[in-house]
Amino acid sequence: MKLTTLLFLISIFLTACSSVEPWVKPYERAHLADPIMSFERNPVSSSYRNHVYQAREGARGAEGGQGGGCGCN
Amino acid sequence: MVVVVINLRQLFVIAWLTGMTSFIQAAILPEDRADALFHVYDGGGVTISGPSILVRKEFAQKFSVSGNYYVDSISSASIDVITRASEYSEERTENSVGIDYLHNKTIMGLAYTKSDENDFNAQSAHFTISQDLFGDLSTLSLGYSRGWDEVGRRGDPLFSKDVDRHHYRLSLSQIVTKNLLLNLGYEAITDEGFLNNPYRKVRYLGNSNSQADATQECPSGRNYCYEDELYPNTRTSNSIALRSIYYLAHRAALKGEYRYFTDTWGIGAQTYEIGYTYPTDNHWIYDFRYRYYRQKQASFYNDLFAYQEAQSYRARDKELSTYNNHTFGVSASYEFLRKSWKFIDRGTINFAWDHIRFQYDNFRDLRTETVIAGDEPLYKFSANIFQTYISVWY
Repeated sequence: MKLTTLLFLISIFLTACSSVEPWVKPYERAHLADPIMSFERNPVSSSYRNHVYQAREGARGAEGGQGGGCGCN
Repeated sequence: MVVVVINLRQLFVIAWLTGMTSFIQAAILPEDRADALFHVYDGGGVTISGPSILVRKEFAQKFSVSGNYYVDSISSASIDVITRASEYSEERTENSVGIDYLHNKTIMGLAYTKSDENDFNAQSAHFTISQDLFGDLSTLSLGYSRGWDEVGRRGDPLFSKDVDRHHYRLSLSQIVTKNLLLNLGYEAITDEGFLNNPYRKVRYLGNSNSQADATQECPSGRNYCYEDELYPNTRTSNSIALRSIYYLAHRAALKGEYRYFTDTWGIGAQTYEIGYTYPTDNHWIYDFRYRYYRQKQASFYNDLFAYQEAQSYRARDKELSTYNNHTFGVSASYEFLRKSWKFIDRGTINFAWDHIRFQYDNFRDLRTETVIAGDEPLYKFSANIFQTYISVWY
């Protein structure tokens, strides 16, 4: 049931994507494409830092590292 | 007797929670790059160091393969070791391979990770799918990982326990303005099997006369004894995080992050982080960061139980107690190759230092000798993390 709900939500996302006009045009994404705008500019380093925290803290997950969303990296 | 204080299971969980991060990208394959890192953690009587080498290469314009070799060399005389046993050293080696496939605006990734040490072996498999949406303003990523662990105990060849893990990830990155990116991440993790540490013990009020059998220890001159920890054999956790990064007018970036965590053991935690990135004209990039973490204890944690077997489940792991920590960090990155040289496009040399201060609210420092159990001072310590690494793009 949960999987069905999830797939339904994803399908809404996918069907909607062609009808949305990007309000930030591709040619306006110069700042977003700058390497300093990456959530994880150095993956080997941020992975290690997350590693240290997870070994010493009870919380886990959602550490990030999913990259940017601008299609310009 | 050897006591493992760093939770080795946690160390592998880290590997497969964070190991997938480089496989998740927008609908452009990740850059071809190689990173060679050397790391040192030093704090609380524990020193951990070793290399990490990550290599990634694209081929056929649709595939990107990666491999990671990582080592933790551990020497420990931590608070638990000092109060109950002797120093020890050991090594954990982790190897990962992965492949990404790009098709239009979709990237699919598969990866496999294997971790080995003398009393803990683990394997995990990962699948991720990432899709750009809404004119590439949004990136939706879904992920699933499956882990199989085998827990051993040194000196006991017959001891072998299993842990099964499932890990679900959902991430949405969003361009909000020309200068602002947001990311919302959610992760659910379930574990089932032998989840406590086979070496760690809890303490309870008592004395040497109350020693019932060989599984208990009662230090001389103290009015408490030790018995084995016992955890539930299932755990489910949920984490949600919101991140933002904002481009400042003078070519700098400001980052912010908040994470909320809760699990079926009663642990609740919140993490706050801010960061500032500042590039200079002479090819240096500096990063400054501050992070605050606060945690509420597991429901079955106690620094000192009232009597033997006081609860069905019991723990005295400081990572399950109530505490907080503050981290101050700085990194410097220098671009040493600005023009292509042979097959290398560019390269950087990097240094990072983080200082963490831990303050525990209900975990006591048993190095202080007192005749009254529970009167010991609360434990606190600080740690330093050093990283130096070279990155090349080709």
